Amino acid sequence: MSGAVAGAKPSHPRGLTSSPYFTSLVTVMLLAVLLVAGGAAYPGFLSLQVMFNLLIDNAFLLVIAIGMSFVILSGGIDLSVGSVLALTTMVSAWLLQTWHVPPLLVIAISLVMGAGFGAAMGAIIHYFKLQPFIVTLAGMFLARGLCYLISINSITIEDPFFVAMSQTQVPVLGGFLSPGALIALAMLAVAIYVAHCTPFGRAIYAVGGNEQSALMMGLRVARTKVLIYAFSGFCAALAGVLFSFYMLSGYGLHAQGTELDAIAAVVIGGTLLTGGYGYVAGALSGVLVLGTIQTLIAFDGTLSSWWTKIVIGGLLFVFCVVQRLMAIGATAKK
Amino acid sequence: MSIVRHPLFRPLAALAILLLIDLLLIPGFFHIEIKDGHLYGSLIDIANRAAPLALAAIGMTLVIATRGIDISVGAVVAISGTVASMLIGGTMVMNNGVPEYVANTPMVWALCAAMGAALLCGAWNGVLVAGLGLQPIVATLILMVAGRGLAQLLTDGQIVTVYYEPFFFLGSGYLFGLPFSLYIVAAVFVVTFLLMRKTALGLFIQSVGINPVAARLAGLKTATLIFFVYLFCSACAGLSGLMISANIKSADANNAGLLLELDAILAVTLGGTSLAGGKFSLAGSVIGALIIQTLTYTIYSLGLPPEVNMVVKSVVVFLVCISQSAEFKNMWRRVFPARSKGIAA
Repeated sequence: MSGAVAGAKPSHPRGLTSSPYFTSLVTVMLLAVLLVAGGAAYPGFLSLQVMFNLLIDNAFLLVIAIGMSFVILSGGIDLSVGSVLALTTMVSAWLLQTWHVPPLLVIAISLVMGAGFGAAMGAIIHYFKLQPFIVTLAGMFLARGLCYLISINSITIEDPFFVAMSQTQVPVLGGFLSPGALIALAMLAVAIYVAHCTPFGRAIYAVGGNEQSALMMGLRVARTKVLIYAFSGFCAALAGVLFSFYMLSGYGLHAQGTELDAIAAVVIGGTLLTGGYGYVAGALSGVLVLGTIQTLIAFDGTLSSWWTKIVIGGLLFVFCVVQRLMAIGATAKK
Repeated sequence: MSIVRHPLFRPLAALAILLLIDLLLIPGFFHIEIKDGHLYGSLIDIANRAAPLALAAIGMTLVIATRGIDISVGAVVAISGTVASMLIGGTMVMNNGVPEYVANTPMVWALCAAMGAALLCGAWNGVLVAGLGLQPIVATLILMVAGRGLAQLLTDGQIVTVYYEPFFFLGSGYLFGLPFSLYIVAAVFVVTFLLMRKTALGLFIQSVGINPVAARLAGLKTATLIFFVYLFCSACAGLSGLMISANIKSADANNAGLLLELDAILAVTLGGTSLAGGKFSLAGSVIGALIIQTLTYTIYSLGLPPEVNMVVKSVVVFLVCISQSAEFKNMWRRVFPARSKGIAA
């Protein structure tokens, strides 16, 4: 299916390197290599709980990356997700601690707020024909600024429901997962279904492949684009809720730079930044690769944490170049 | 009507409105006095603090003119500041009972090394964009993510403090009564302006921005042009990094120039350069940097919490972008058909 809608992008699978699975496959192989190398170097690295912790620690990043996949598949980009996450933790903490709003209502308010924020940006992008980059950049400033308007200090969350969610350990296959990780996995399942089995999903791929032809085919481009950014905002808000389960505090500096991690995860997961090509499931492998690198560096103990950034940058470079060379190869073959 | 149509009219009007607000609300805003042979006053202060941003914005203008974007500017600032600070360092030596500060490496070499590092960053970006044909935002994203990591690797994650007087001159020195940083900005601006206006370079850059394929078919070496534009942008960012680290007398790989790329893009946009490429105004970008700094200064002076700054900035970006869009101009024309002729132009 993706070959058909990818249009001018590398399509017509000929051999392994030009098959649509190729970059996704490379990522999965890379993940396996990283895990095996880790297992060989450090005893206990491959234990089930270390793997589960990988998921628990990166649940919020996974949720954000899912939303980002949708945006990138449609040919856009959303730089505001990290700030929306921070804003959600801030608003949740503030509503809980100052106004004593019931926790479930707080979560609902946060999610609606995130989706609304995204929808507003999507509408501005579509109706004023502005670049997603600059609009979501302004959204990023706005959300961070709003955080500081609520408070410049961090607010601790003491609500029993949030505390319970942060401490619950759900037994799975002899190990345990946090409720946050389970929510993230459920979100991934829903996103995969939406992207590959619904008309909305096909519209996303079509808009990303070529917006003009999508419009001529009679697809509702406006509705699709606004919904995509609304979905990304929703994911960012959900990630914010998971993050506040994890950190039990709201703070304007939470998750700085997460938007870049999410973009990196999506690209490493095999989605083309030009849009229209890739898999939502790639977000999981991308996030796991980033998480494994971090865990490897933590296990090593002698490497400093800034190596993470350098390695992520290097990986991003390799994947971008591979994507580019594949695109050049595909055009040359035609 | 011809004055209103001038490309610099809008940014200048915005700056004038801001200054008018300051005149009305902040007592002594336009007061300038001479202390120890230096000029002191709010206006001087604003210009001095806007200098690093103005430099970054001048470089960014050319990149945006070719329809590109460079989001690694902040990381380049961190790298060049770190390299300079590490090489200079500085230790106190007692010379006949007089404390003297000695640099680890001669300052000229340290500055050359820092600029060399910045140029390497620019060359890296340029090769990715011009050579490999990656999207500019992705290509520079790589350096944005990894650059701070590299800077921290150099310093072992520590903040490097500098104890060497001559270096501070770059950031807080005075020449003929005015801050030295203003002369640097003026020099870079004049050289760039002359290159763009008195040679064909400006025209070439514009044609690449308007239509890269047509420019190439017309015989322009588009790849070389694009490469040098990224090189130039990083050089400007490197210079701005030297200025910032000289001003705070240290290099903090984690925070130096954080989000500077976004402010630079904002300054360029405020100055009337279209993000779609092809049309640019160097003077506009410098004015844009002044607008941002004046806005910040105003917010601080009015006693508003500094946090308001980000919200105001983002609202300004939204308004400027929307007002630049063709769709908005069409809407405006529909609502005010009679008056639109002059405004919509």
